[in-house]
Amino acid sequence: MNVPTSYLLALSGVLFVIGAMGVLTRRNAIVIFMSIELMLNSANLAFIAFARSFVDLQGQVMVFFVIAVAAAEVAVGLALIVSIFRTKQSIDVDQISSLKG
Amino acid sequence: MTQDLILFIILAVIVIITAVSMLLSRNAVYSAMFLVLNFITVAVIYLLLNAAFIAMVQVTVYAGAIMVLFLFVIMLLGAEKAAKGESLSWQPPLAILLGGALLMEFAYILFVRQTDLISSVESVTKKFGSPESIGDLLFDRYLVPFEITSILLLVAMIGAIIITHRGKKEPQ
Repeated sequence: MNVPTSYLLALSGVLFVIGAMGVLTRRNAIVIFMSIELMLNSANLAFIAFARSFVDLQGQVMVFFVIAVAAAEVAVGLALIVSIFRTKQSIDVDQISSLKG
Repeated sequence: MTQDLILFIILAVIVIITAVSMLLSRNAVYSAMFLVLNFITVAVIYLLLNAAFIAMVQVTVYAGAIMVLFLFVIMLLGAEKAAKGESLSWQPPLAILLGGALLMEFAYILFVRQTDLISSVESVTKKFGSPESIGDLLFDRYLVPFEITSILLLVAMIGAIIITHRGKKEPQ
């Protein structure tokens, strides 16, 4: 694809900012978690863009590892959300403010 | 304007619209669906960037497995609706301000400072990004990280089971 790398990086930056704003503004823990996935995805896009730009496959291998780590993170994170919901009956992050279980 | 650029702009618009819709949806199921569409569109961009294998991994692992897990938990908890209650009114404007500042910095670095990235990219061989070449690299130079990743996945699996496990003696 004959698109300048900076355009791809700009798209990646916009996606990252949207994800960061999701983390900052939403209060539903699951939506916050999805925003974190969006930010990881934008980092992957930057990796792929640089892999294409420098014609080096190591960037693509790195994305493979990022996806594997994201899968592990989602499993543990959703388990935590389920566990919090059991004790608090809510996944509103504003209500999860005390250390006591 | 080349054909590739038009294609990229259409895809980029879809990606941004789905991301913003995910952010603004009141129903978490709709958010998850918009995120699936976003991941698949990004996978198409990967295809255009000669990363066929990663694009397929993106569709199967991200848009498939991870988002099914999300939808499963949303429906298990019945957490579709947005949380009611008082809103912290100062948070969204501050987030928009900070996000805008971050975006401006991105734009400044990409388009003002870094002029050598705007040139067109060189062509690649047909093998670039194929499952064969990725596999060669993965099982040769990146063999140890690959094995560590498998241990990480095992640890995450055990951790998820232990966190959600409810002991028999614990009161309901």
